Amino acid sequence: MNCAEIRLLLHAHADSELDAANSLELERHLKTCAACAAENKSLHALRATLRKGDLNFRAPDSLKKDLRQFVGDLSGEKNPRKEFDPQWQWLWKFLAFGATAFALLAVFLRPLGISEHNQMLDQIVASHVRSLQVEHLTDVVSSDQHTVKPWFDGKLDFAPDVKDFAAQGFPLVGGRLDYLDGRAVAALVYRHNKHFINVFVWPAADALKPATEMRRGYAIINCATNGLHYCLVSDMNLTDLGELAGCLGR
Amino acid sequence: MNATEAEQFERIVLPHVDAAYNLARWLAGNDHDAEDIVQEACVRAFRFIGGHRGGEGRAWLLTIVRNTAFSWLKKNRPHAVVSIDDDELAQIEDQTVTANGVFSADKNSLRAALEALPLEFREAIVLRELEGLSYKEIADVAEVPVGTVMSRLARARRQLQNHFAQKEGES
Repeated sequence: MNCAEIRLLLHAHADSELDAANSLELERHLKTCAACAAENKSLHALRATLRKGDLNFRAPDSLKKDLRQFVGDLSGEKNPRKEFDPQWQWLWKFLAFGATAFALLAVFLRPLGISEHNQMLDQIVASHVRSLQVEHLTDVVSSDQHTVKPWFDGKLDFAPDVKDFAAQGFPLVGGRLDYLDGRAVAALVYRHNKHFINVFVWPAADALKPATEMRRGYAIINCATNGLHYCLVSDMNLTDLGELAGCLGR
Repeated sequence: MNATEAEQFERIVLPHVDAAYNLARWLAGNDHDAEDIVQEACVRAFRFIGGHRGGEGRAWLLTIVRNTAFSWLKKNRPHAVVSIDDDELAQIEDQTVTANGVFSADKNSLRAALEALPLEFREAIVLRELEGLSYKEIADVAEVPVGTVMSRLARARRQLQNHFAQKEGES
């Protein structure tokens, strides 16, 4: 990286939008280049000044009141609230009891894994977003599965299954080494029309049927088969992403 | 229109009215026009609420506010909407500023500096620094590629740095 590139990437770095490999290179550069280091310091000072500047405008209360009124009018005029019919009251009591019991169960029996699972999803989305920035989508660019698969040899403690699904509309773009949850994983990159799909692969003990989720607008599908866990993430819709999950699971 | 839509509006839009107003106010430059823009944007948001596909309501609403503000500006203040050239990246590298790393600026001069930025740059700074949106979210709101978001932020910050360096030189 030269100084001109560094000057631009400093911003992505300051905004926590730069991938790990480029961040390392950038930090190494800053240790040896006084001019870029000064620029970085100036950038951070500017950001701190803006943050402390209390520059946000808040909506006037009158506007908020108008908007609440707007909603009230819309929901009120077409759907006048109905009085509860007494003979249905037992049903409402029953439902209320059920809801309370369910809420209590959810609180007390909530699997401890949920927050970890959420963190994992955040990591996956962050990894996907980072990979689409600053040209770090792939370490090995090839649509040939026989080029991509051997590339992972010696870089991982398992051998990911690499297949091209061009015939099904998902051509292989390449592969990349990534880190998730403290372990090295294989990231396979597929394309579908204009969308990129990251498929993170790591060893799995148990098989898992495809489980779909949305996170910050991204579609995520987790599935496991033949000892490998596949996590697909993309900005495509879940149905199309499901097709690729189907291909991988075969 | 039914109660469900009104409920959705209440849940998705109303929590983000401050963010909507903040963006509209920075784009329009005064309270009165900002209020008009937010009201119009909220009416549009209500109309499109069925199209909201889950996810964060704030970025969704800000996209509508942004589009409303730009159409409003094009109609009422055409001279304010001058498209910037996103390819002039090389320009930012030429001007090396040797700022001492400290910016002393009061609220008014900070506001003035932000207001002096071209519309698209100001928008990028407001969404990133004031609203804390990610590059991807800003790209969605402003309908430009993520790379453009990064270069706009870089150039906007460069202009702000120059602005303060100049001030410092004057004083």
